[in-house]
Amino acid sequence: MPEIKKTFFNFLGIVKSIKEINEKYKHPKINMTRFTSILLMFLRSYLIFILLLLLYKFISVAMD
Amino acid sequence: MIAGPGIIVMVADNDAGGITTYAATGAKYGYSLLWFLLLLGPIAYFIQEMTVRIAVVTKKGHAEAIFYAFGSFWGWFSVLDLVLTNWLTMITEFIGMTAALSIFGIHPVVTVIICWVIMGAMIIQGRYWTWEKIALFLCLVNLIYVPAAFLINPPVGEILRHTFIPSLPPGGITSNLLFLLMANVGTTIAPWMIYFQQSTVVDKGMKERDLLFSRVDTFIGSILTVIVAIFLIVVTGTLLYGVDVTSAADAAIKLMPINRYVGAFVAIGLFDAGLLGAICISLASSWAFGEVFGWAHSLNNKIREAPWFYAYYFFTLLLAGTVVLIPGAPLVLITLFVQVVATTLLPASLIFLIIILNNEELMGKYKNSLWQNIINIIIVLGLIMLSTGYSISILFPEIIKSG
Repeated sequence: MPEIKKTFFNFLGIVKSIKEINEKYKHPKINMTRFTSILLMFLRSYLIFILLLLLYKFISVAMD
Repeated sequence: MIAGPGIIVMVADNDAGGITTYAATGAKYGYSLLWFLLLLGPIAYFIQEMTVRIAVVTKKGHAEAIFYAFGSFWGWFSVLDLVLTNWLTMITEFIGMTAALSIFGIHPVVTVIICWVIMGAMIIQGRYWTWEKIALFLCLVNLIYVPAAFLINPPVGEILRHTFIPSLPPGGITSNLLFLLMANVGTTIAPWMIYFQQSTVVDKGMKERDLLFSRVDTFIGSILTVIVAIFLIVVTGTLLYGVDVTSAADAAIKLMPINRYVGAFVAIGLFDAGLLGAICISLASSWAFGEVFGWAHSLNNKIREAPWFYAYYFFTLLLAGTVVLIPGAPLVLITLFVQVVATTLLPASLIFLIIILNNEELMGKYKNSLWQNIINIIIVLGLIMLSTGYSISILFPEIIKSG
């Protein structure tokens, strides 16, 4: 039980750190235009799609 | 000594996965793709030079710079990208190291333990300079493919022709060719390199006045990385052309009966490549987390001064080393696919670099020139086209034959 409590409080510590980081970097130094943000999001989504295709290829080759 | 981060990151870029990729490229296509490797040298220099400029001007590692410039959403996206690709790449390093020493009869479990001990000892003394000197020595060993190539008396005229005159290999554009091209790109320009060099320059305490020397350091590194790649392709392209080579270790084994010294050099080079790669990649991750979470994160800190920095470093070593020992894992497949994954995710990292480098408020007089922007955008578009081409070959195999 003490180990579980310790792990739980460590986990809460990480969650607190993440919240602090998000607060610290709430206002980015570079203000991207809406167009740039949308383009970046599209690029990320497209790359993730290609990544999933790669994963599919990897699994199908590994299973052959 | 200014020389260091650039040479280390470029030579470490020829890691176990890279060595496997080059060995397979030479065996499959002979000298046909030497021109492509020559092209990758300047591309690698352009990208890494950008990270050096950001580091000396902003004094921030790459992870911290992304958070600072773009906020926490893009920051976490980038860090998670890094964690995924670095973990996969670490596994390939251990795959290479265990495979290399297996050739000399050393059991994989013993190799993994030896690697853990070496990698732990390198950083435990708490001095960046000591670590750098050892890493530079490992870079020197990485050049072992140069004497290996000279030992086999390859046809120099034919090699020079293929190096300086671009041509497609017999069979034209196939999905296998696209896959290997992506793997070659992914091993020469990997996301971890961006994080690593930027953090190393910051940890080393380099300033704006050191920029010229740092550029020279990076330039020399880019030449060395291309030399290693070309010479290894020459070795396998000469002695193993047309032979089915699944990995660098497989190449070393097949080379032994032909020339035992060349085979041994390839195996030693593979171990060295894996070790150097593992050292750099685990540090890249540790630095990134240290920058973001605000932990002490310098090699000049002792373990008790930077516990989380070293804890993450050892955690990645243990995790990657353990995966390699899982029986039946498709290790060779993982090695090649990881390079391709790195290529796929690279454009997103490059876009962030370009945006930062065009911000006058952050970069001042060191912001990108028009020509630098043009070249960078060409590189990004080229990478996206390559990834798209390979995706098309997966989705519509009737359009691009497998070959």
